[in-house]
Amino acid sequence: MRIGVLTFPGSLDDVDAARAVRLAGGEPVALWHADHDLKDVDAVILPGGFSYGDYLRAGAIAARAPLMQDVVARANDGMPVLGICNGFQVLCEAGLLPGALTRNSHLHFRNRDQVLTVERSDTAWTGDYATGQRIVIPVKNGEGRYVAADADLDRLEGEGRVVFRYTDGNPNGSSRDIAGVTSENGRVVGLMPHPEHAVEDLTGPSTDGLGFFTSVLKAAVAA
Amino acid sequence: MVVDVVLKPEISDPQGQAVLGALGRLGHGSIASVRQGKHFVLEVDGTPDEAELKQIGETLLANPVIEDVELHLSTD
Repeated sequence: MRIGVLTFPGSLDDVDAARAVRLAGGEPVALWHADHDLKDVDAVILPGGFSYGDYLRAGAIAARAPLMQDVVARANDGMPVLGICNGFQVLCEAGLLPGALTRNSHLHFRNRDQVLTVERSDTAWTGDYATGQRIVIPVKNGEGRYVAADADLDRLEGEGRVVFRYTDGNPNGSSRDIAGVTSENGRVVGLMPHPEHAVEDLTGPSTDGLGFFTSVLKAAVAA
Repeated sequence: MVVDVVLKPEISDPQGQAVLGALGRLGHGSIASVRQGKHFVLEVDGTPDEAELKQIGETLLANPVIEDVELHLSTD
């Protein structure tokens, strides 16, 4: 199972994402933003970082990168895509996920281990979790406040598109404690916290993040 | 062309609120609110294509989910 990890200028967590894929039993494939070559991958991860220095808006310029056109086209055909932190911002800017990420309400960069509640265990990236399960993974962002118009939030909630909710404290002022959302077909998932930093006891607060990368191996096979 | 981008009124603007707080501490108590935005100046070769400029403003310079955009064409 080939899982692409897309690197933009300013990506930081691409190496950790690739390592998480490998630990889960997948084959990480390095992808470069300026190519038009998805290298026959079965799924794509957009990693965290500060693509283009967060110039204009976080994720805005990366969302218009050449390879993103290919990612959007394949995602619309059902290829699983995971956006973590900056990758989530890129997915919102690219129109693959609804809403937007804005400056944290308290204006501070927030870096801590975060409890999340899994609200959907039937997406391509969460099949190995149980609905209602609590997981602990790091969160680290300055522009992680999820916002959308109230009517859109109501619609997302009604459609069950909220995948993760911040629990025991909201680190950035996100609307309705939303930490992650999914596309209509459940194949594209974006979240601000970092599952790829919680895959080994030595370096993470838990190994709760590993489930993302094991889930997609089954989802991509099933597709 | 000049493009001004500001957060929509319903989206809270913590940066503007921080500026407002600083103004209060400096004694400018009459300032009731501050909204922070972005100001772009684009120079165009040849005759500007208004439709193209509108598209640039609304699809790249601003994110319509959270921001309003104002375009000001000038020909000097």
